Amino acid sequence: MKTRSWLVAASFADLLFLYLPIAILVVFSFNASKLSARWQGFSLEWYAKLFTDQALLSATVNSLIVATVSTVLAGALGVLTAVALERQPFRWQGAFEVLLLMPIVIPEIMMGVAMLLFFVMIKLPLSLLTMIIAHTIFNFPVVALIVRARLRKLDPRLEEAASDLGATPWVAFKRVTLPLLMPGIVGALLMAFTLSLDDFIISFFTAGVGSTTLPIKVYGMLKSAVTPEVNALSAILVLVSMGLVAVATWVQRK
Amino acid sequence: MDETSTDASIVMREVTKRHGDTVAVDRLSLTIRKGEFFAILGPSGSGKTTTLRLLAGFEQPDSGEIIIEGQPMQGVPPNRRPVNLVFQNYALFPHMTVAQNVAFGLEMKGLPTPEIGPHVAEALEMVRLAGKQDRLPSQLSGGEQQRVALARALVNRPAVLLLDEPLGALDKQLRLEMEVELKALQERVGITFVCVTHDQEEALTMSDRLAVMHHGRLLQIGTPEEIYTAPASAFVASFIGVSNSLPGRVQAIDGQRTTVAVEGIGLVHAPSCTGLRTGAPVLVTIRPERLHLSRDPATDGYQNQIAVRVAKAIYSGNEMHYLVTLPNNLTWKARVPNADGTAKRFHAGESAYLKWRTAEAVLLPE
Repeated sequence: MKTRSWLVAASFADLLFLYLPIAILVVFSFNASKLSARWQGFSLEWYAKLFTDQALLSATVNSLIVATVSTVLAGALGVLTAVALERQPFRWQGAFEVLLLMPIVIPEIMMGVAMLLFFVMIKLPLSLLTMIIAHTIFNFPVVALIVRARLRKLDPRLEEAASDLGATPWVAFKRVTLPLLMPGIVGALLMAFTLSLDDFIISFFTAGVGSTTLPIKVYGMLKSAVTPEVNALSAILVLVSMGLVAVATWVQRK
Repeated sequence: MDETSTDASIVMREVTKRHGDTVAVDRLSLTIRKGEFFAILGPSGSGKTTTLRLLAGFEQPDSGEIIIEGQPMQGVPPNRRPVNLVFQNYALFPHMTVAQNVAFGLEMKGLPTPEIGPHVAEALEMVRLAGKQDRLPSQLSGGEQQRVALARALVNRPAVLLLDEPLGALDKQLRLEMEVELKALQERVGITFVCVTHDQEEALTMSDRLAVMHHGRLLQIGTPEEIYTAPASAFVASFIGVSNSLPGRVQAIDGQRTTVAVEGIGLVHAPSCTGLRTGAPVLVTIRPERLHLSRDPATDGYQNQIAVRVAKAIYSGNEMHYLVTLPNNLTWKARVPNADGTAKRFHAGESAYLKWRTAEAVLLPE
């Protein structure tokens, strides 16, 4: 019994360690002082300032473009891959599955450097396009894994029933499989969108001039000074990401 | 029946299907007539479900030929076969309402939307589900789901309706009701029904003819009565209802009657069976309800009699079920009607005489 309460206490300590810095960051985004270390009263000044910062707004637009386009592309590729893996066994499937997981486990910095070198080699100028390609690549295995897990729980007899009732394979997929996969797909897309929005390392290596995204912008602002403006921006990013993940989890549970 | 006759709904010729190293269906040949209720009966792993999936088109035979309504089915996908399947777990589309489920097949046929509604209503009426058209499958009971599955298949007016263990998921009371209902439905719509089941009672009650399968092979085909009263092998005899058997050797054959010597018991008689010679090992089988139990050693018309000990007496409503021990230590089952009141009942430990008429036994080569 004693051991158990000790375990619970340790778990809560972990959570505290994880969320305390974030909580402090959020609290100080409302600090009236320009020096972020001392509390001088409540203020929304830094948030107001964010919305007038032209560079910041363009970084936001870039982030949204990269996240949206790469999510759609990763979504299409991921769903097709999931269906192939689950319904159409093929040669070397085991090897394929291991290779599919690699982008999730190899260090992000390696991915970033490798992609940078690759883009330079094929003479593709760094831009929003190169970022979109990179984000699609690290997101598509995530979508494939989530959708596949959902597909695995689906009774294959449902597709058989559809074809028995006269549906061609494509119609059976569209009318029966796809609607039942939808919660998994939506959840996977929200997750991919969040990962893209939050990514720093791979974006840092594949971004070109003028294609700065929000995390890169935050990093750039820190280089000059830690202003409460950074706190405010980070607080917004944290809340949006947590909100998206919460929605993704909720949708998938349906 | 001639298998090329126009009376045939389904013809299977020498159909073989392998799953890896195991032969799921082994050179199966059978003909199913138009408008008949045909049951395929067998234990799990007998190849009966594979047979159904071959007919539906979900699997292709490795060799042999399947002809449905005069059309060879080689290479024809499930969506272009004149058959519909009622799945074992019903496989209703969980995201569609009852009406949408039933309408699915008609939509696939390209029927105009205004015509679909009346057909769906009629099909739901037929399975007594009118008024439940807007429910989701998850809001229905097991019996109702089963009837939706039936309506969804029958609304397409297929030439053949395939049913995979249609009553397997229902409780016993509902199963008995549905057996009668399914048979009545089949007679009303006049469609050929092919029903796969492991339940011999279900097969006997519902079918016009049935096939017994074991290890991928067809063992016997015939009417329920033929199969019940004249099983062609020891497996069929034991699988179709509980059967008692005595192993022995042919002692003498006297026209219609064969005398069998049974070690530890003596001589018993059974109707002759073709292809047996003196000395051949045989099984004498007899059904529990054909046996008589008496305290009186007089033969009174029964040609066979064995002294036994009652091992167990089980009250079962209108019948008594007895387990009796034979002199050679075999245990047999006997079922005796309870109409005579309690006075004639036997109790565990009592001695009794087990009697039967020669004509009630079935002789099988071992």
